[in-house]
Amino acid sequence: MTTTAAVAGVAARATDVWKVYGSGEAQVVALRGISVELRRGQYTAIMGPSGSGKSTLMHCLAGLDTVTRGEVAIGDTRLGGLSDAKLTQLRRDQVGFVFQQFNLLPTLTAQENILLPLSIAKRKADKAWYDTVIETVGLGDRLTHKPAQLSGGQQQRVACARALVSRPDVVFADEPTGNLDSRSGAEVLGFLRRSVRQFGQTIVMVTHDPNAASYADRVIFLADGAVVTELAEPTADAVLETMKRIDVLAGTRSGAA
Amino acid sequence: MLRATFKSLLSRKLRLILSGLAVILGVMFVSGAFVLTDTLGRSFTNLFQTAFVSTDVQVAAKAKVAGGDAGSDQGIASLPSSVVDQVKGISGVADADGQVWIDGAQAIGKNGKVISTFGSPQFGISWVGGGNQTINAGTAPSADDEVVINAGLAKTAGFAVGDNIRIITMQQSTPATFHLVGTFTYPGNRGSLGGEQTIAFTTAAAQRLLLGAPDSFSVVNVRAAPGVDDNALRDRIAAQIGGDYTVKTGKQLADDNASDVKQGLSFFNYILLGFAGVALFVGTFLILNTFSIIVAQRTRELALLRAVGASRRQMIGSVLIEATVIGLLASVVGLGAGIGVGALLAVLFSSAGGGGLQLAGIGVPPSAIIGAFAVGLIITWVAALMPALRASRIPPIAAMRDAATADRPLTQISIVGGAVTAVGAGLLGFGLSGRAGSAHNATLWLILSGVLVSFIGVALLTPLICRPVVSALGRLFSWSVPGQLGRRNSARNPRRTATTAAALMVGVALITGVYVIRSSVTASLTQLVNKEVSVDMIIYGQQSSGIPPTFDPKVMDQVKALSGVSETSTLYADAARINGDRTGLAAVDDVAALDDMAGLKAASGTITSISDGQLIVDQPEADAHHLKVGDQVKVQLARGPERTFTLTGIYAKNNVTSGWISSTANVADFSTSQASQGLIKLAPGTPVGPVKAEVNTLLADNPLVNVADRSDYVKQQSDQLNFVVNMIQILLFLAILIAVLGIINTLALSVLERTRELGLLRAIGLRRAQAMRMITVEAVVISVFGALLGVAVGTGLGAAVVRALKDDGFTTLSFPWAQMVEYLVLAAIVGVVAAVLPAIRAARVNVLEAIAYE
Repeated sequence: MTTTAAVAGVAARATDVWKVYGSGEAQVVALRGISVELRRGQYTAIMGPSGSGKSTLMHCLAGLDTVTRGEVAIGDTRLGGLSDAKLTQLRRDQVGFVFQQFNLLPTLTAQENILLPLSIAKRKADKAWYDTVIETVGLGDRLTHKPAQLSGGQQQRVACARALVSRPDVVFADEPTGNLDSRSGAEVLGFLRRSVRQFGQTIVMVTHDPNAASYADRVIFLADGAVVTELAEPTADAVLETMKRIDVLAGTRSGAA
Repeated sequence: MLRATFKSLLSRKLRLILSGLAVILGVMFVSGAFVLTDTLGRSFTNLFQTAFVSTDVQVAAKAKVAGGDAGSDQGIASLPSSVVDQVKGISGVADADGQVWIDGAQAIGKNGKVISTFGSPQFGISWVGGGNQTINAGTAPSADDEVVINAGLAKTAGFAVGDNIRIITMQQSTPATFHLVGTFTYPGNRGSLGGEQTIAFTTAAAQRLLLGAPDSFSVVNVRAAPGVDDNALRDRIAAQIGGDYTVKTGKQLADDNASDVKQGLSFFNYILLGFAGVALFVGTFLILNTFSIIVAQRTRELALLRAVGASRRQMIGSVLIEATVIGLLASVVGLGAGIGVGALLAVLFSSAGGGGLQLAGIGVPPSAIIGAFAVGLIITWVAALMPALRASRIPPIAAMRDAATADRPLTQISIVGGAVTAVGAGLLGFGLSGRAGSAHNATLWLILSGVLVSFIGVALLTPLICRPVVSALGRLFSWSVPGQLGRRNSARNPRRTATTAAALMVGVALITGVYVIRSSVTASLTQLVNKEVSVDMIIYGQQSSGIPPTFDPKVMDQVKALSGVSETSTLYADAARINGDRTGLAAVDDVAALDDMAGLKAASGTITSISDGQLIVDQPEADAHHLKVGDQVKVQLARGPERTFTLTGIYAKNNVTSGWISSTANVADFSTSQASQGLIKLAPGTPVGPVKAEVNTLLADNPLVNVADRSDYVKQQSDQLNFVVNMIQILLFLAILIAVLGIINTLALSVLERTRELGLLRAIGLRRAQAMRMITVEAVVISVFGALLGVAVGTGLGAAVVRALKDDGFTTLSFPWAQMVEYLVLAAIVGVVAAVLPAIRAARVNVLEAIAYE
């Protein structure tokens, strides 16, 4: 375990990030000067009401979207000014993704889906690590199945295994339990937390579900494109409580600003 | 409902254009064909009105051997000069001139080659003067070695008055030299009527060189006295001179000639309509596929419409209205393009061959408009019907379901496909067996519909074979991840892949079929000339004008004297009427030599010698006429009275020689007494090359024929199929063009459908170039699959035709491997080209939008 050492580093960082869509009257400001540091080996949840900019923040952090102003870095790599090819390579080698749906290619088996990022990069899987991941997701007997033959929870666990197998610097999960029932959701969330605890994986998860957020080490609350507050070692109740007061908190903050 | 349809239509303009293009092409060829034939038809009507403007009534000789295939060709038919005097004496006749006028005189150009036209006649006439021909330079011919020619020919060949011209004629295929003393024009200062070339001799020279009969004429041109009605005069002349002659007014002649030419023009019609047929047939697959995919993609939307109360009929209507709009738009655009193409071809046609045809103005007949809309709409409806029915079967509950409906099983479609293929093969087999007879082209129609139905059947079977074949094909590309992904995508929806590939199959199958036939013909001929025939060289020519390809038989005496030549045989050919039927007749100088070289075997009687008044024939022909050795046969040659011959020998069916053979005693009564073929056999061990060169030298003055050794002969014979091959290649180009549109369309729709997957792939690190490669592999797999199918089906069709012709000497089946490989490679290139646009689209997929939730 290298937990202690890992916590010391920063896996991804956003510094004074602004994201503005459109111009003139149709201008929408999605992010207003957000600065966050996502520490290595930590499980961070980003929460906020619809339109708070949480997905935009995650897309910017993951190199899927560009920022209007400010600076985003993954590990030591600054994303500003990188070409599409470089960004693609960065996503391939340093980032893992878990989406809410359409996570798997229907033509590939579970195993092929898991190994896809490595295949694209023409890299061989680390056999021991692959076995560990497969064991952790608990899909050993389902590897040759096509996604259509798997349940929603199983599909999402395959997606998680795919995100982990290339040992990325950060795994970004966008509402990973949004489409799952509570039991399958709990399985997926538990698996994500285990990968942080046992393997020191860094995970950033966007969610609007307080229960899901309670699996994280740290919860960052967003409203109107700005960080409002954050909780460490949260419980579901505490998260719910904070969400209820988020408008008030946002008001206080903007009043203070 | 209507508004919803139009909105969804407008939101998919690209799809509309792509699927419409195939219909546009088809409609273009249909309307282009009608415009072209209408325009040319009216132009020729004008032309012949000019040609016969100064003829009131014409008396023409009837050919002694007429009827049959050759139709109205008058050949050397002649009437004695006494008829001219007789006609002159008929009341109402102001004047009458006898004239020699046949399609049978060719000038040799300054480059030493025979000047040819593009199918226009090359007349040799006796100069009469007056009428519609006016000397515009020089004088009329007054001596037998003087000629005048039409200004068009002079311009084409670069002849000027005062030149010496070498000319070959019907009766003399070795050139004779004439002095060009003048040129003439037609009314309106035209140099030529429709590209025709005319050489006018003095009457005596024309009679000798063209008819081979002194003191006789082809026609008598009659001018009516003032106030005498042409029709009345015609009837009066006909009544007085009897039934041995045809008498027609100038107007009748113009009409008859125009209608003959129009029939000839229907050839263009067939070609263009053939193009249209292929374009529309292939296009049907394209439209069918487009609508199927659209319906599949709109499943939720359509189900929602059903859920909120739209009836099944409304669903069908919605799809069919969309088809109607596409069909109408494509018909309008296709009609416009067709008028353009028809006009362009008409201009090209009129300017070919010296620009002799003056166009009567581009016309758009009603048939072009009706044809355009009928074809455009019907094809689109037919193609949209199945998808429309499928749309109506979408249950409302599908609106709530997440995924598109699962793959339907292929059992039903495969059974139907098998049945349809069997029916097609049956039709084809029956057609090829020749048992349908020739009434109304029954055999041709059976074969065509057999091919068509087989295509449809195979297309229906394609989904079944798609998966194994495509996955095997795809293995070629499995070395990279994008390749693997592309391969799996192409095997994903067998119906879609199959329909797309089937479009390509049609073109490739046609060309492969023709190539199989051609290479089998070549192989069979090679086998034939090498195994069954001991002829080492043959002197012959291929007919390209009114003059049959003949040569001076004296050459054969010189050939026989060459060292190394062991045996020769000279053949003369003409049409004759035997026991009432028009048929071919050959005269041979040394039948024993022919027997030896062609391998003729006696079935009964004797075939080693033929004297005057005797005939021999092959067994099948004898059987057909129920004749046996010793029977009397009535023979009418091109000249002289009908005679009775005795059948003295019957030879067994032979793959080289067939039909009636006589001695050379009657050659003087043939249309021409020049030889048509010379067979040469060399002494064993004599090399062919030097003798061939010597024979060539001997033939220097016989420009209509050449000497060919065995391999030349095989090549020249199989080259006769080149026209068909070229036409099919143009068809193939067209079919491939449409198939490419189909592949583009299918892939573009698939890219659209898989936007999310592409987004996911790009998010987890697939580079743009890799995404493009994935699409390209899918396209290449589909197109190579189509080409493979085409090669297989084409080979089957070609082999069936060759097998059916087994009794006609096509004994060897041979496969054009090189061409097959060529087409597979071509298909791969086609796939790469077709993938360009969809691949760019795939590479441009915006990752964020692609993975965004609904």
